[in-house]
Amino acid sequence: MSRIGVFVCQCGENIARTVDVEAVAEALRDHPGVAFATGYKYMCSDPGQALVREAIAEHGLTGVVIAACSPHMHEKTFRRAVDKAGLNKFMCEMANIREHCSWIHEDRADATAKAIDITRTIVEKVKHNQPLESIRIPVTKRALVIGGGIAGIQAALDIADGGHQVILVEKDASIGGHMSQLSETFPTLDCSQCILTPRMVEAYQHPNITLHTWSEVEKVKGYIGNFEVTIRKKARSVNEDLCNGCGDCQAACPVRKIPSEFEAGLGKRTAISVPFPQAVPNIPVLDRQNCTLFKGRRKGLAKEVCGKCKEACLKGAIDYDAEDAFIEEEVGAIVVATGFKLYDIGREQPEGLKGYGEYGYGEVPDVIDGLQFERLASASGPTAGAILRPSDSTEPKTVVFVHCVGSRDPEKGIAYCSKICCMYNAKHAMLYKHKVHDGRAVAFYMDIRAAGKGYDEFSRRAIEEDGAEYIRGRVSRIFRDGDKVKVWGYDTLNGEQVVIDADMVVLATAIRPQDGIRDLAQKLSISTDEHGFINEAHPKLRPVETNTAGVFVAGACQAPRDIPESVAMASASAAKVMSLFSADELEREPAVALVNESTCIGCMRCADVCAYGAIEQRDICAIDGHVCGHVAYVNPGVCQGCGTCQAVCLSKSVELQTFTDEQIYSEINALCAWE
Amino acid sequence: MRGDAVSDGALADIAYYPGCSLHGTSREFDESLRAVAAELGIGITEISDWSCCGASSGHTTDHLLGVALPARNLALAEEQGYDTVLAPCAACYNRLSAARLAIATEDGLAERIPDVIGRRFGNTVQVRNAVELLRDAAASVEEKVAATLTPNPLEGVKLAAYYGCLLVRPAEVCGYDDPEQPTSMDEVISACGADAVDWNMKVECCGGAFSVSRTSSVVRLGRAIIDDARAHGAEAIVVACPLCHSNLDLRQKAMALRGEDPLPILFVTQVVGLAVGLTPESLGLERHFVDTEPLIARLIEQAAARDAEERRVKQEAAAKAAERAARQKAGAGAAPKDGDAQ
Repeated sequence: MSRIGVFVCQCGENIARTVDVEAVAEALRDHPGVAFATGYKYMCSDPGQALVREAIAEHGLTGVVIAACSPHMHEKTFRRAVDKAGLNKFMCEMANIREHCSWIHEDRADATAKAIDITRTIVEKVKHNQPLESIRIPVTKRALVIGGGIAGIQAALDIADGGHQVILVEKDASIGGHMSQLSETFPTLDCSQCILTPRMVEAYQHPNITLHTWSEVEKVKGYIGNFEVTIRKKARSVNEDLCNGCGDCQAACPVRKIPSEFEAGLGKRTAISVPFPQAVPNIPVLDRQNCTLFKGRRKGLAKEVCGKCKEACLKGAIDYDAEDAFIEEEVGAIVVATGFKLYDIGREQPEGLKGYGEYGYGEVPDVIDGLQFERLASASGPTAGAILRPSDSTEPKTVVFVHCVGSRDPEKGIAYCSKICCMYNAKHAMLYKHKVHDGRAVAFYMDIRAAGKGYDEFSRRAIEEDGAEYIRGRVSRIFRDGDKVKVWGYDTLNGEQVVIDADMVVLATAIRPQDGIRDLAQKLSISTDEHGFINEAHPKLRPVETNTAGVFVAGACQAPRDIPESVAMASASAAKVMSLFSADELEREPAVALVNESTCIGCMRCADVCAYGAIEQRDICAIDGHVCGHVAYVNPGVCQGCGTCQAVCLSKSVELQTFTDEQIYSEINALCAWE
Repeated sequence: MRGDAVSDGALADIAYYPGCSLHGTSREFDESLRAVAAELGIGITEISDWSCCGASSGHTTDHLLGVALPARNLALAEEQGYDTVLAPCAACYNRLSAARLAIATEDGLAERIPDVIGRRFGNTVQVRNAVELLRDAAASVEEKVAATLTPNPLEGVKLAAYYGCLLVRPAEVCGYDDPEQPTSMDEVISACGADAVDWNMKVECCGGAFSVSRTSSVVRLGRAIIDDARAHGAEAIVVACPLCHSNLDLRQKAMALRGEDPLPILFVTQVVGLAVGLTPESLGLERHFVDTEPLIARLIEQAAARDAEERRVKQEAAAKAAERAARQKAGAGAAPKDGDAQ
């Protein structure tokens, strides 16, 4: 016979205002199996917890029900108190009479009756609770960081500095990401590469960091503390051990007119190249798509057509027959920091998005995007820092900056604010005015969103000190008119149409997640929002965790982020990884599914529906060792306790511990019996 | 033949909804459409007992009225056994299409409409405009142009395709072409052998119905359109909307402030008609305010001259070839003689 103690909390006025707490305790006192029931002002206070401990000792309680707030709030508190009193902590449950009752009702009599019902159902559940033990799982103390932009570099450095091994995977030839393309950074106008390159070199030289550039994550298996990762090292065609980065191959390459990705299409590169002079590692990649030799091979020519880079290489590092290699790594935690890409206004768009026909679908050469302007303004860029427009390399005397291109425009499929554009537009206007003193910088904006330390001052400076003209309103059309770019806009403060004959237009195009993010998310069993940004576990309280334990997120792959935010998120992720690595074993609540192997028919429907890949098939062997059948097995390290397997099991063989069928039915019966 | 059903049975007949303009101010659009359809073997039959589409007073007065007026006409087409309605007037096309969309997507509207219009209505007929129809028939236009015996007066002529607003927008109503950078009419122009110029005012406003109430606005807007077309070398502007035509054609005299030569405004069906060898009179080209005669006469003259030149070159080439052949023949006989001489 159960001896259950019921403790009803007033939560100050929060519960007592609408629920008669004494009446609830009184009603439960007579409930079968209840040995003790009382009300109290604050159950979560020290005296409140002491009350629970004393009652367990005094009345020999076998179970405890706390009728108070949501278990999300104080379940841990009361289970600890129960544990201290010598009772198994999983014999304690919460009845939520605050969020589910007092806060949402007004009539006191009705609310009290409902609170009694809620508490009774939980009492009936606790009667079927079993003492459980926490699950312990081993932890591999190595981390994988996906993405070598500023967020990935920061996360890798922080974890490595903490004394743990880090594997940093970057899909491009060099780490550095978008930050390496920027000229100056807001709001201080310090040179982006000057502050980034030391970090890049540090990450490369760190004894705890293994860097894989020109590599991608191919496969991820396992669970928190125990991931098995396969990394695809794409064929670089250059032996990384032999190459000394002299650049002779690049000088010898005859294919010199490929639009450079690093220069955002404004500069040219060779087929074998390092993306930029400070690349880390300074080892070139052979672009097989554009290489003359590989073009010849694809045509099936018997003789090699080129081979100049191999001839030029004194180290013998060039290997035309290199193939993709696969590396297996075991890690305990993963940080995703894959960053962003810019929305393109062109006619061809990925699903759900629309281009800007009114801006000529990006076909006017002197209409560029923000990253292209960064390259124009950068001393290492194609114009060596001179602001020259792409069509005829003349200095533009009127430049129009357009905010919110794509962003905040549900018509185009992007309803969110890209967050960084207001600031970089102000920066661009300043950089332009600093270089072209007699130039005119005009910005069309919707609102100026400059929330950040020193941000509003910065954007005011662009207007007040550097003389940028800010027009509140949208641009309706952009088209080529002779050697000018005609901009039609509307000044919503003056209520007037504005027509500007510009020499160049810079569009602040929206921030979008990188291509392939959905595939990666699928490999990691994490979710993305409708735009492809990675979902965090809780928008406020768990901003760098994902829905999969052991996988963390940093930077602009989660939402549009500026540099300080990306770095802060990266360090936060690193802190989460370090706390995970602080113990040899990981303790988890036993709220996981358990398979009854004697009744399981091995249909594996549970494995089909499991969103976390926690269920695998296990062989059942007869006494002579031959396999005579198979059953489902739930990996307790991976299981998130969602209960989906339980719902689809035909033979009722899989059950979530702490939410068994017996417990749920008892709760339902309790509701029906007293209604 | 004119005014009657045109059908050769080759293609399924299309219901033709002329609307008020094509029976009135834009008769030449109707005339040229019928003539071109007959040439291309597209059977079009006027919907019997058609009524007003409601543009623009209907839908600005009441949403249900704005949907019910087009729905009645669509229901008639359905009853009369058609699956496609051709509505050449951009406003009619827009209203008929918008009503179709509203009835298909708005809660309860499909159930309500039959009561309102007093007929069964399944919302099954497609609505198309003349540009869309001709674009889809571009291959047969090209064939027809190639097969025409008279020289094509439009060969290489620069024409500006002007779409205006209602033909391509809003995108969810029209959907057959890009709402901001449309190309369908350009494709028709190219199929006629002419050169569709790349210009900037393809979808800008012509002033619409303000032609009467605020003429100065229409003159200002129209001037920008005509100036841009001229700046890009166009010899005429091609339209497919009676109101665009009326604004650019009727008001052009007021726009021509700097004494430039007027720019003829042609319906897209007239362009196709000229290319397939129909006479200007059969296409109603004499009905415009901006005289089309000088341009058409010049184009026909140029085409004739070009044709004569081509023919002369061909004849000369043929004559030369014949001469060469004859010489060879003679040479074959003479060769041994030469040999003898040596």
